[in-house]
Amino acid sequence: MYTFNIGETPEQLAQFKEVIEKYKEVPGCLMPVLQETQGIFGYLPLEVQKAIAEELGISLSEVYGVATFYSQFRLKPTGKYRISVCLGTACYVKGADKVLKRIEERLGIQNGECTEDRLFSLDSCRCVGACGLAPVMMINDEVYGKLDPDKVDKILDEYMKGGEENDA
Amino acid sequence: MTLERLNGIKAKHYDLVMVRKLVAEEGAKLAENTAYRKQVLVCGGTGCTSSGSKKVIAALEESLKENGIEDVLVVRTGCFGLCSLGPIMIVYPEGSFYSQVTPAEVPEIVSTHLVPGGHPVNKYLYAETVHTDGSSIPLSETPFYKKQMRIALRNCGVIDPENIEEAIACDAYQALAKVLTTMKPQDVIDELLAAGLRGRGGAGFPTGRKWAFAMAQDNDTKYVCCNADEGDPGAFMDRSVLEGDPHALIEAMAIAGYTIGSKQGYVYVRAEYPIAVERLRIAIDQAKEYGLLGKDILGTGFEFDIDIRLGAGAFVCGEETALMTSIEGHRGEPRPRPPFPAIKGLFGKPTILNNVETYANIAPIILNGSKWYSSIGTDKSKGTKVFALGGKINNVGLVEVPMGTTIREIVEEIGGGVPNGKKFKAAQTGGPSGGCISAEYMDVPIDYDNLIEIGSMMGSGGMIILDEDTCMVDISKFYLEFTVDESCGKCTPCRIGTKKLLDYLTRITEGKGTVEDLDKIKELSNHMKSSSLCALGQTAANPILSTMNAFYDEYLAHIKEKKCPAHVCSALLVFEIDPDKCKGCTLCMHNCPVGAIRGSVKKPHVIDPAKCIHCGLCMENCHFSAISKK
Amino acid sequence: MVTLKINGIPVKAEEGMTIMDAAKLAGIDIPSLCYLKEINCIGACRVCVVEVKGARSLVASCVYPVAEGLEVWTNTPKVRQSRQTTLELLLSEHHKKCLSCVRSSRCELQKLCKDYGVDEDRFPDTEKLQEIDLSSSYLVRDNNKCIHCMRCVAACDHQSVSVIGPRQRGHNKTIGCAFDIQLQNTACVGCGQCIVSCPVGALYEKSSIPDVWEAIADPTKKVVFFTAPAVRATLGEEFDLPIGTNVEKKIPGAVRRLGADAVFDMDVTADLTIMEEAYELLGRIKNGDTLPMFTSCCPGWIKFCEHNYPELLPNLSSCKSPQQMFGALLKSYYCEKNGIDPKDLFVVSVIPCTAKKFEVTRDEMVADVDVALTTRELAQMISGAAINFNSLQDEEFDSPFDIASGAGVIFGATGGVMEAALRTAAFVLDGASPEPSFEQVRGMKGIKSATYTIAGKELKVAVASGLKNARQLCEQVKKGESEYQFIEIMACPGGCINGGGQPIQRDATRNTYPVNELRARALYTEDASLTYHRSDESPVIETIYKEYFGEPNSEKAHHILHTSYHEREKY
Repeated sequence: MYTFNIGETPEQLAQFKEVIEKYKEVPGCLMPVLQETQGIFGYLPLEVQKAIAEELGISLSEVYGVATFYSQFRLKPTGKYRISVCLGTACYVKGADKVLKRIEERLGIQNGECTEDRLFSLDSCRCVGACGLAPVMMINDEVYGKLDPDKVDKILDEYMKGGEENDA
Repeated sequence: MTLERLNGIKAKHYDLVMVRKLVAEEGAKLAENTAYRKQVLVCGGTGCTSSGSKKVIAALEESLKENGIEDVLVVRTGCFGLCSLGPIMIVYPEGSFYSQVTPAEVPEIVSTHLVPGGHPVNKYLYAETVHTDGSSIPLSETPFYKKQMRIALRNCGVIDPENIEEAIACDAYQALAKVLTTMKPQDVIDELLAAGLRGRGGAGFPTGRKWAFAMAQDNDTKYVCCNADEGDPGAFMDRSVLEGDPHALIEAMAIAGYTIGSKQGYVYVRAEYPIAVERLRIAIDQAKEYGLLGKDILGTGFEFDIDIRLGAGAFVCGEETALMTSIEGHRGEPRPRPPFPAIKGLFGKPTILNNVETYANIAPIILNGSKWYSSIGTDKSKGTKVFALGGKINNVGLVEVPMGTTIREIVEEIGGGVPNGKKFKAAQTGGPSGGCISAEYMDVPIDYDNLIEIGSMMGSGGMIILDEDTCMVDISKFYLEFTVDESCGKCTPCRIGTKKLLDYLTRITEGKGTVEDLDKIKELSNHMKSSSLCALGQTAANPILSTMNAFYDEYLAHIKEKKCPAHVCSALLVFEIDPDKCKGCTLCMHNCPVGAIRGSVKKPHVIDPAKCIHCGLCMENCHFSAISKK
Repeated sequence: MVTLKINGIPVKAEEGMTIMDAAKLAGIDIPSLCYLKEINCIGACRVCVVEVKGARSLVASCVYPVAEGLEVWTNTPKVRQSRQTTLELLLSEHHKKCLSCVRSSRCELQKLCKDYGVDEDRFPDTEKLQEIDLSSSYLVRDNNKCIHCMRCVAACDHQSVSVIGPRQRGHNKTIGCAFDIQLQNTACVGCGQCIVSCPVGALYEKSSIPDVWEAIADPTKKVVFFTAPAVRATLGEEFDLPIGTNVEKKIPGAVRRLGADAVFDMDVTADLTIMEEAYELLGRIKNGDTLPMFTSCCPGWIKFCEHNYPELLPNLSSCKSPQQMFGALLKSYYCEKNGIDPKDLFVVSVIPCTAKKFEVTRDEMVADVDVALTTRELAQMISGAAINFNSLQDEEFDSPFDIASGAGVIFGATGGVMEAALRTAAFVLDGASPEPSFEQVRGMKGIKSATYTIAGKELKVAVASGLKNARQLCEQVKKGESEYQFIEIMACPGGCINGGGQPIQRDATRNTYPVNELRARALYTEDASLTYHRSDESPVIETIYKEYFGEPNSEKAHHILHTSYHEREKY
């Protein structure tokens, strides 16, 4: 039995084992294994890919090569709330960098990362077409505009509260 | 399963499905033989599902229950074709066509129309199906459907794709039965060759010849593959068949298996098509349950099985060798040919690969004969072609027309023309591998060879209509961005060439291009065409070459005059305030995110072009139309 | 047989051959950047394109099979234009540090650019500088020069090591390790087959040359060199001598001219290894210890075993490799004998190998060898010192490590260690009988096996070169299905003559001539010409045991000449 140290549950590990058992002898099974494994863990971190390589008897570089070839596979976890800060020109001149920095400070993660509790992941994007509201960020499908660092705090507070409630 | 049982199932449901196929009066007569007074078909395709057809069905079932109506059958079907009008609902036997149905409208439809003695709610019907006097026009007589001919889509929007018995009632597996009991493999090949069926996935290779190559191979293991990895942006023909009539594919693959001597099929389908995958899965399970897949099919000893493999987001896997490499569990990089897949394909075994639409044509050819099929279409392109019509067109949706139909017929008649009175500029076919067909070719009959002659290609059947507001340099750039993203990176011309082409186009759209760049673009395009490993690279430059051919002036305008004639390329736009119209209200100044506008109250404002980022906000906010872009 | 026409010349070719193979028969070497015979046949670089009658586009001749009546043109304007543009595209993304590049003048891309008159600025650069992987002690990967030929990946897969591969796709594709893990933290064994496969300078050994020059310039240091058996068979190639020229007698003179205080023959410790290893084998057989015993002279194989077959570590001979034995011997016996403080002795080994650069850094080895130079680095030093190598008079190695047996010489080719050990083992067990011929274990086959009867006892042996072949034998042993008592393994296909530190032959040469056979022949020819045939016959060996170790496998020998291994992570 594997442990991946990615905060996985025993159920997830059991499901992973099932996937491996189901496909082990199937020729060309790497793709479905990666797909179903991602379905279990949400992404395909190093430890998981190592386990897949070991179980299927192929090299890690092959597994990784396949996982990075197809755009569907993710190597990093995404949070329950996916924050995307617009770094388009209009937002940038209005201080999007300060917004981004405050979010990084508050969540303790860098752009492109995910918080340990998987509540938030942070990305930046090109123009979202809301220049009039600059600077803007999106959290999942919701657009937040005319931001400043204080406003960012308030919005994050709301989500953090919501996240705890939902978890409870 | 035996032939008798198959026919028994067909007979059992025949009247039920025929109600949906006949004109109103005859359908009504037939309906009396069935348990249902009326049948309500609601589209459950991807288009209508995203516009809310599930909620419509739920509302319908609830409302029927509330009204105590039990003799109305609700069927969730596949795509009807008119995706822009979704959710779509048709009531049989009268054939009333409700469009853009909302759950809120459902109770009224039920209480007025579906109750015994009810009549259609005209205000919710699709306007084109209602005469001025209020009587309805049969759907098949509307401009959208009139010129269509549905072979591949024969059962889409007619049957419940999750019910194999409805499919059987519509002749599913009859062709398989005919092949297994009365035809030799060579007979099937002969029939396909005589029918003149060509592959619907791109280049149009004769299907019969492809199968014959694989049949001739002496090997115990062979494979039948289906390409359902429809990756062209804006194409969804294959998805619609899978969602609306998955048994058409299963049956055809089994016929292919019998013909070439294969026991195993694979369907490689995009993971982005969850509904299609689910229905295909259900259909395969049902076919197995009914003994139409598996061992000893129809008691003939023939064995065939199908597995689904999901794509994972790589356009290049639509290329046949890349698709097979992907099924084998590797990076989807194409392999050089020869050896061709028919000789050495999946897992090194003889393999045939066709796309969904090609397979969907097989059973009708077997049942109706090659003579019938070859009577449809043009000299060298037989049958029909399904197009996914999109872009600047009124009737966005799925159409199936005989080969030889013109772009003008599709755009002006079936498509209902370009919206907002704009002018048709070009039709893009073939996706990132195809090209733009300009207005001067609107009357060319569409077939494989003509499209290539006019600089495009059939491709899988995406047809995007572009109007005068489209910049042809920008559209080329859009497609090149796509190919740069989707190139596998294996061969040099494609890996680096696409990137270079994109760089040149970006420079041109930013007003930094030179006339020499156009020569380099041509040179690189020709290089990629002649030297790339696979079709993706060989055709990647088509969008540029075709637009440079037909719209050269537009390229030159970007380069020499630093102007985008369609006012699309933002770097070339100049926003100007007309001092005569400007009232000095300061709204533009306040809305400008970069402080590029100066002026005092009640005096004309001025835009500083050096600071302007071309976002267009000032123009949107001006109440006096004083701001223009040039 | 099929008949085709290449540039109008009728050519008879075997079915299954490619156009490229067939063109060779017509005297045409079609250029390529990705093709490597039997290793990489993917048709990706598009440099080898040719015109084929009836084909819609140009085809890659390296993968296109010949057929009856095929008509091919290899040199039309269309073909030349295509190659030119392909090269221009490659060049636009290549970090053009050509002047000081290790591969300058031996770079395949450079040669083709010259042949096709391609200059660097036809297309604007889209160079995106990437970090250079300098993590390992033996190998540098500079992806800024990579042209995506995939040869290194194929070579690594061919070794069944597979620690590198393509990542991402399209224009973002790069070659490297999964998750950007640095090479030193992977199961890379350091064989360097990727380096000798690379057509450009994207892969090269980590240079130790500056350290050597510094030591030579340091008056407090006594700098001694020793050169491995396989170096003599290949060094001449760097000076344009024919493949297979034995330059043993030129090496001492060249090294002395570099400023070394002494230059020795590593064949001596090859002999010493045989003494220790042959006795260890006989001991294991006699005492019923773990069998089969694997040879341990190849550090690439050792690391492979540590990563992939830790359960087989007890099967490894505990003998250090000849390089490490030499280092240990110099810093003990030699220093004691000559009254040198080991601190002041700077030991340079010249080896055909990149894994040995890793080996000198192993914890178990306590800096017995200060620096390991590849054959290529030695050649670079000789060139840098403006020594006219080809005109050097023959000179001899320095005493006391100057004379070796033929058994030591053949270490450099696959099967050589096995044959050398068998010669001594047979003599020890049955010195009275005439020595049987052990030539069955010679040759370039990946796996060779033989059964010999010595003193009435049957001895089953196997020899593998190339780690894919080694893996096969390991799997057998692991499953308990191996019938052998003694197994020789060399990481590089063909043995050290084809090591990762050896001169890099152009692909056209590699694809046409039996390079490994020619190099091996140089060693077997020398073996046949020498006075001493067996390691135990060598007077140098006799002296070393008499003066220092007493007898093979003595306690002192164990202390200085033997080592231990440890398990390493698989990924």
